[in-house]
Amino acid sequence: MTAIAEVFAKAKNENRAVLIGYLPAGFPDLTSSTELMRAMVESGVDIVEVGLPYSDPLMDGPVIQHAAATALAQGTTTDDVLTAVRAVADCGAPTVVMSYWNPIERYGVARFAQAMSVAGGSGVITPDLTPEEADEWIAASTAHDLDRVFLVAPSSTAARIKTVTDVTSGFVYAASVMGVTGTRSAVSGHAETLVQRVREATGAPIAVGLGVSTAHQAAEIAGYADGVIVGSAFVRAITESATPHEAIEAVSSLAGELAEGVRRRKINEDALI
Amino acid sequence: MTSLIPGQASAGHYGRYGGRFVPEALTFALDELDAAFRASVEDPIFCAELDDLQRNYTGRPNPLTHAARFGAHCGGATILLKREDLNHTGSHKINNVLGQALLTKRMGKSRVIAETGAGQHGVAAATAAALLDLECTVYMGEEDTQRQALNVARMRLLGADVVPVTAGSRTLKDAINEAMRDWVASVDNTHYLLGTVTGPAPFPEIVRYFHSIIGTETKSQIEQRYGRLPDAVVACVGGGSNAMGIFSAFLEDAEVQLRGYEAGGEGVDTGRHAARFAMGVPGVLHGARTYVMQDEWGQTVSSHSISAGLDYPGVGPEHAWLHDNGRAIYESVTDAEAMDAFAKLCRTEGIIPAIETAHGLAGAMRLGNELGPEALIVVNLSGRGDKDVETAARWFAMNPDQHLPTLNEQMATER
Repeated sequence: MTAIAEVFAKAKNENRAVLIGYLPAGFPDLTSSTELMRAMVESGVDIVEVGLPYSDPLMDGPVIQHAAATALAQGTTTDDVLTAVRAVADCGAPTVVMSYWNPIERYGVARFAQAMSVAGGSGVITPDLTPEEADEWIAASTAHDLDRVFLVAPSSTAARIKTVTDVTSGFVYAASVMGVTGTRSAVSGHAETLVQRVREATGAPIAVGLGVSTAHQAAEIAGYADGVIVGSAFVRAITESATPHEAIEAVSSLAGELAEGVRRRKINEDALI
Repeated sequence: MTSLIPGQASAGHYGRYGGRFVPEALTFALDELDAAFRASVEDPIFCAELDDLQRNYTGRPNPLTHAARFGAHCGGATILLKREDLNHTGSHKINNVLGQALLTKRMGKSRVIAETGAGQHGVAAATAAALLDLECTVYMGEEDTQRQALNVARMRLLGADVVPVTAGSRTLKDAINEAMRDWVASVDNTHYLLGTVTGPAPFPEIVRYFHSIIGTETKSQIEQRYGRLPDAVVACVGGGSNAMGIFSAFLEDAEVQLRGYEAGGEGVDTGRHAARFAMGVPGVLHGARTYVMQDEWGQTVSSHSISAGLDYPGVGPEHAWLHDNGRAIYESVTDAEAMDAFAKLCRTEGIIPAIETAHGLAGAMRLGNELGPEALIVVNLSGRGDKDVETAARWFAMNPDQHLPTLNEQMATER
């Protein structure tokens, strides 16, 4: 059983959802970003998603675009991202990298998989890699025991969900809306329907992301999904902080609230009994 | 899906290039587009409608002009200009736009979005949207909105919403990112009217198909007038749609050289250029695997060119394939060489070309001198230069060694 599978299994036993927190490596700088990720873990994030900053993040909204641009302006490289993975994995939480495809291809697909494995990483989320183009990645990730997280979207057909989940491992990333990353006041009704449709295709855990920012939304999603992914809200908490200390406080506090949110499903059910 | 392109390795791929690298959310729309495209090109009603627009709206077929005086600067070769500049809206872009706008209607969508660099594709998209009653939003890098202000005004007059993009390098690549972001969120009612032969499959194939009329017309015109095929076909290459359009008819004719000219900017050794084949390496950008200007970590490097339409760090995947298999040859042309050719065409033929097109003309000057006076060379005159008048005036003012000669000076040199 992989580290990610263990976390999902443990959460299932505890009758709660897994909390997955995203931050880009190198934002606001490399050292701070690893401290912030560790703070997330200490406050209840189960799996850390380390963003690899990319020059053309076409699936990201303004908040993450800005963070990635800042990280790149500071000279953040793929090797720095792997350093961040090592630092976070060392504190015990399974760590995945989220990366657009070109930086991985340029690094060398097999070389990247090996470096991830050496750094203690558990898997990689590839938002712009489709299964049809993934042969080399499937081989490399299999060789190095990395989980491969592909995305499904509300527009995915049943046949498409099957194609994607067949090559996915660790968990399935269900995009809650048709759109880019960024906080939204409500989670779209598409998310629950999508999760139900994915369940018909796979027994793998399903995590919902895009637009989730509050404990209330996390609790709602925990009612039907196995994991809740939060990204832009964490980045925004940092952007809006005046000092590094304040940023750590803000990230910790948000992680704590969300961790409570993913456990609220249990509380509700207890209340029913 | 079956491919309409002879010799294509597999649908959507050109050798190792092309493919589809996009968020899963777009897969459905791309499949839908693929199906609509394949059904349409087999549908006599669709074809008749497109044909009617091409003849009676765009003004096709456009002429193949013998540029005798310009040819004198091309080693005396016979230079024939395929006059895409005479199309309605002033460039080849209208060919693709009308086809995709009809596809948009067929798919029951009410809105189109487009990216634009020089503004020619944006103007064409805004035009087709007005004609076919579609809502239109055009994304344009902020830097480009400034250097192509005339085209911004044209798009707005035509009723399009022009959104200046302030992210990244504020040029064409960032406009494409923003258009993709819009599309992911609006795909239910919106078609992304992509303007060049790149992007995820099936876009490179669709855009090439709608521009292939450039090549088929050229071929029949030249066979009628000269009774033979040209020795070379020349085009500028940004994303590469005008080049693919004219090349497509000659791919199987091994005796016809295919020559693409990309933007060498201030010189490929200065780092300020858009010479993807000279300095790029294969990678993935905007949904396709192709040659990309990128650093050692796979981050896209900003391109540079005096011509907004060639200022793009990627290139159509079929060009990458033709480059690798040697069927087409790609060279770069600097800003200065392009502006020299620009001035020469103005003064010898009375035609003001787009600065993008001037890169192809500079290539013809180079190639003509290489092939000699017996050569028959077709240049795709992909667009007219009205939009570039201000850029050209500034260039010639700042580069007195390249100034446009006065009439007296010109007559003196010609005597």
